[in-house]
Amino acid sequence: MLINRIALLAAFAVTIAGCGKSETATTAASDELVIKIGAAGPLTGPQAHIGKDNEYGTRMAIDDANAKGVTIGGKKARFELLSEDDQTDPKTATIVAQKLVDAKVNGVIGHLNSGTSIPASSIYFKNGIPQISPSATAVKFTAQGYNTAFRVMTNDAQQGKALGEFAVKVLGLKNIAVIDDRTAYGQGLADEFVKAAEANGAKIIAREYTTDRSVDFTAVLTSIKGKQPELLFFGGMDPQGVPMVKQLRSLGMKTQFMMGDGGYTPKLIDLAGAAVEGTYASLPGVPLDKMPSGRDFAKRYEAQFKQPIQLYAPYCYDAVNVMIAAMQKAGSAEPAKYLPEIGKVELDGVTAKIAFDEKGDIRGGAVTLYQARQGKWQVVQTMGGAPAAKP
Amino acid sequence: MDIFFQQIINGLVQGSVYALVALGYTMVYGILGLINFAHGEVVMIGAMVALAALQALLAAAIAPVLAVLLSLMAAVAVCMALGYSIERIAYRPLRHAPRLAPLITAIGVSIVLQNLAMMIWGREYHSFTLPFTNTSHHLGGAVMNDVQIVIVIVALLIMVGLMWLVHHTRTGRAMRAVAENPAAATLMGVDINRVISVTFMLGSALAAIAGFMVSANYGIVHYYMGFMLGLKAFTAAVLGGIGNLRGAMLGGVLLGLIESLGAGYIGDITGGFLGSHYQDVFAFFVLIAVLVFRPSGLLGEKLAERA
Repeated sequence: MLINRIALLAAFAVTIAGCGKSETATTAASDELVIKIGAAGPLTGPQAHIGKDNEYGTRMAIDDANAKGVTIGGKKARFELLSEDDQTDPKTATIVAQKLVDAKVNGVIGHLNSGTSIPASSIYFKNGIPQISPSATAVKFTAQGYNTAFRVMTNDAQQGKALGEFAVKVLGLKNIAVIDDRTAYGQGLADEFVKAAEANGAKIIAREYTTDRSVDFTAVLTSIKGKQPELLFFGGMDPQGVPMVKQLRSLGMKTQFMMGDGGYTPKLIDLAGAAVEGTYASLPGVPLDKMPSGRDFAKRYEAQFKQPIQLYAPYCYDAVNVMIAAMQKAGSAEPAKYLPEIGKVELDGVTAKIAFDEKGDIRGGAVTLYQARQGKWQVVQTMGGAPAAKP
Repeated sequence: MDIFFQQIINGLVQGSVYALVALGYTMVYGILGLINFAHGEVVMIGAMVALAALQALLAAAIAPVLAVLLSLMAAVAVCMALGYSIERIAYRPLRHAPRLAPLITAIGVSIVLQNLAMMIWGREYHSFTLPFTNTSHHLGGAVMNDVQIVIVIVALLIMVGLMWLVHHTRTGRAMRAVAENPAAATLMGVDINRVISVTFMLGSALAAIAGFMVSANYGIVHYYMGFMLGLKAFTAAVLGGIGNLRGAMLGGVLLGLIESLGAGYIGDITGGFLGSHYQDVFAFFVLIAVLVFRPSGLLGEKLAERA
């Protein structure tokens, strides 16, 4: 009886799998080139909302390309998205990377975090699969000598420098406390911020740490309170930023609060309410509405996915388009053939004018600083990298 | 000194929540010898339901005080039903199975609940704001806001109430009888299944209240919030002596205090060698130390041999 049931299940499974196969086979006409784009980021866990946002950005670029009709090497191309969940976990990231490689993807957009992009990058490199991360900022990501690793986002050194200079030179804050979440991103950004702030004459009076799973920071904030800093810089993402700024204010601290790109989300403002007023955050590139295609992108995104852009969706969109441009140039979607072309791509993206340096980092690297005022992110100023980033 | 006092308050608030959740773990363990790993998710479901109810009630222009109370009751009701169902579906059929089996279903239930919540409420963080202004009070040099004061007081009242229930009511006596010896309790006419259901429902009600209070305190709700909280509360229960109600309370408050004092002072004490991110390590280190010297926890008694 049991055996029967198993056999039945197996037959059923085979039928379903068979259906799936025949379906793709019929839609993929003989002269059509099917290109699989892998996407990887956290779709579950504390950063799931940002991971999903990345997937949406990638999906939009793919939908656009399919709607527009792209020809590569004389063949009509049809792009498919393979989205995987890396759970922000470095171990899972390598498993997911191998899964994408085994599925024979032509390229990967991801991962979201530095902590996942770095271990995954060695797997893509070994298999010669081009990887463009929309949001990994750790310096190490492109410094491993892998010719397959690119990013369309400034690295921590560029961003940390802009933030540090802004805090000390523009805001004139000298006594600074720093917290990071001990991830490759948070730690890297905080370290670069500290370097830049100290180089400009500020004093780091407290250096504290937390994790990317915590929600209670009262203990750390209380110990910082005793040292009376003028500014608290947090290297981390918005799930920690929200309770942190709330607890900062509820402890009666008037300290200014600053985050990197991980804090520049609509959620930070929505969730932290009045406590967030005056908070600074940065985002690589120039403001979306200053880019010719940026405003249109935001509108279409909201219409399609019924939510505002969370964070990196525009960078994912650009990353896919860079990949497609390289494929078109090479006249092939084969990783080995179009990989050399990625570094030569120059593209007017929705986030910036994109071009890569020899390491795979984005050239120029403008960073825009925002401040939360009256429940909205308002542009304060754009720092650095102006020539390459001006529309 | 102000800072020390503030750290004590931080620890007390955090610890009260741990204690409430830990009670759920410890009650179930005391009676069934089972660790209900889905308990953290019940806290999360409580918070989610409370948020949904609160939003609906406020939208219907119900008076704020009434809306808060009703949404809390809704959360408690849903969680009690959930606790009952979890026990019926995942644990009761396995009551006489090897111990590993219900542990695995517990983890399974936890994953199912988490993903269910993700499907219903989405992946994003939701804002949980009470319809009152949350005033901060200065106590000496330290600060404590309304929500935090309520958390500590409510937790205290609930613990006193629970002790009374367990020691001075028929249901409580039945619970203690089942914990001591299920077979003998059955022979004395105690309906074991009913007692176990009541235990699960009580624990889940506490979880719902804890979920409501954590959300009100941090102002955010997320489908993943139950995981870490559950883990910490479980640690607290073990620290105090799992199966022992007073132990869970002591363990919870102690863990909260250890964490906040650890995070606050560990960096200064070790001259920066160990930073505040070691607060969890510190908490677990204390746990290991306690278990090495008192394997049954601080207030735990040696478990009577079960047949």
